[in-house]
Amino acid sequence: MNAVAHRNHIRQTKASRIFDVCNTIFMLLLVAVTLYPFWYVAIISLSDGKAVLAGKVVLWPVDFTLESYKLALSDASIVSGFKNTLIYTTSGTFVNLAMSMLCAYPLSRPKFIGKGVVMKMIVFTMFFSGGMIPTYLVVNQLNMIDTIWAMILPGAISTYNMIVIRTFFMSIPESLNESASLDGANDLQILLRIVIPCSLPIIATMLLFYAVGHWNSYMNALLYLNKKALQPLQSILRNMVVDGQLTGSTTDVGGGSSFAVIETTLKYSVIIISTLPILLIYPFVQKYFVKGVMIGSVKG
Amino acid sequence: MTGNQVTVNDRRVQRHKLWAHIWNHRYLYGMLVLPVLYYIIFCYWPMYGVQIAFRKYNARLGVWGSPWVGLEYFQEYLLDPYFWKLVRNTLLLNVYSLIFSFPAPILLALLLNEVRSSFFKKFVQSVSYLPHFISTVVVCGMVVNFLANSGPINDVLDSMGFERVQFLMKPEFFRTIYIASGVWQNVGWSSIIYFAAISGVDPQQYEAAIIDGAGRFKQAIHVTLPAIIPTITIMLIMAVGGMMSVGYEKIILLYNGSTYETADVISTYVYRRGIEGGSYSYSTAVGLFQSVIGLLFIWGANKFSATVSENSLW
Repeated sequence: MNAVAHRNHIRQTKASRIFDVCNTIFMLLLVAVTLYPFWYVAIISLSDGKAVLAGKVVLWPVDFTLESYKLALSDASIVSGFKNTLIYTTSGTFVNLAMSMLCAYPLSRPKFIGKGVVMKMIVFTMFFSGGMIPTYLVVNQLNMIDTIWAMILPGAISTYNMIVIRTFFMSIPESLNESASLDGANDLQILLRIVIPCSLPIIATMLLFYAVGHWNSYMNALLYLNKKALQPLQSILRNMVVDGQLTGSTTDVGGGSSFAVIETTLKYSVIIISTLPILLIYPFVQKYFVKGVMIGSVKG
Repeated sequence: MTGNQVTVNDRRVQRHKLWAHIWNHRYLYGMLVLPVLYYIIFCYWPMYGVQIAFRKYNARLGVWGSPWVGLEYFQEYLLDPYFWKLVRNTLLLNVYSLIFSFPAPILLALLLNEVRSSFFKKFVQSVSYLPHFISTVVVCGMVVNFLANSGPINDVLDSMGFERVQFLMKPEFFRTIYIASGVWQNVGWSSIIYFAAISGVDPQQYEAAIIDGAGRFKQAIHVTLPAIIPTITIMLIMAVGGMMSVGYEKIILLYNGSTYETADVISTYVYRRGIEGGSYSYSTAVGLFQSVIGLLFIWGANKFSATVSENSLW
């Protein structure tokens, strides 16, 4: 940033100015290509089905209506998917954070004996794993199939995130730990009263990473959940939007309009419903995500 | 007292000290119990279970009790002509992503670095990260619906007088769709790491380059690019190391019987044969083959990089 600002006062050549114009146009195109698909999905979902079929919806909603949203939100499977996803996301994120910190803190302390061996065993799991089927068999053996536990425990720690937290913990001065332990605090108290309050930015980042991961995850449900009542939103979404199977209550369209008319707008409104929470919080939390990557990229 | 006794005593004192240390820090060691249990149960237990690749797995007899069959499943897999198709598809998707998805974020970071207004730069960055946080299901849902027979892309083709194309039913389009949607989703997010490296460059280096008469293009080539070479190397090692695996979640969502020809990869095959078909031993063998080759790839890439340059993962 500084470097470019520095170069600003240098007199510009013609070539340099042409480059700037092209570069700006390119960036604007990039922004358009990134955002237009979302915008397109949004305006379709808000338009009347007949206008959509006629191909009239391009930049703004045509014959604005919330009918498809009403229909989507009255669908029992979407409502239960939403509820399940909320449960998996909150409980899963809590377990993720607690486990990651419990793992990262001891491994960040210089006096911990055996730290090197434990670290090596953990890092090894990043490069080699038993694979899909043996993991499935373990989950099966633990009787976790078709329970909430299958959505929470198999991925309880993301090793990469844990290492990022550990790197951050290691940057907290050891003298802080020592003075607290001289005051008679044990290691658990030090973690809860000193280390965690010092690490709130990184914990917020990890909370967001884990939460978005749970919200968006569908593979675990595909592998470990068969019961319809337990399916998270992403699985419902897959059935409706990717495979095009719309469930009983959604296909029952009243008011004389045929199903083909509402089908597209309904699919797009389901996409918006499931993505809206992320689109809404994204502008406010975006900087935390970036911070997480920056800390992570410092080799830990 | 002989010398021997002294060392025995010493050792006893040492051991006593160790236990005293652990007891003093019992909370510290206690904290690690749950995480260690997690790694044992969900990472190392499956690794132990990998041996069913060499056994005829029977749920009643369990991993240890099932009869030993040696390399039978590996033989079956390696002799199956379909094996080569899976390996080819897996490698080709990775080669294309190395050609297109890998350089894209580097180029973006270099171009973004040349944007003068820092407000505009931040805006472009924020927008470009967004798709990374959208779920695979939503991205694939958009791809499927945009490319559908009555979708917007076919509408445009139709209005220009072309025939409508069933993109997702044609094997020849699958790789393009997979790579293009991947670039769309991740180019911004992957550029962060390069951008971080660029922002670490000392401004004095640019000043020196300007004094030497370097224009903007030369500054980018001779100052900015060298600054991110170590990062590029690390990312390249990881990309080459991951050659044997692909993001199969997306493939499961986008492929179908008529595109298996180009879309079916090792992991999706493991999923179909194992989870859907119940051939646990066979699919574990296929998966193990993939992980071992993958491990060799990353080890080799790291070794190569450590010899040729000074950058390595470990």
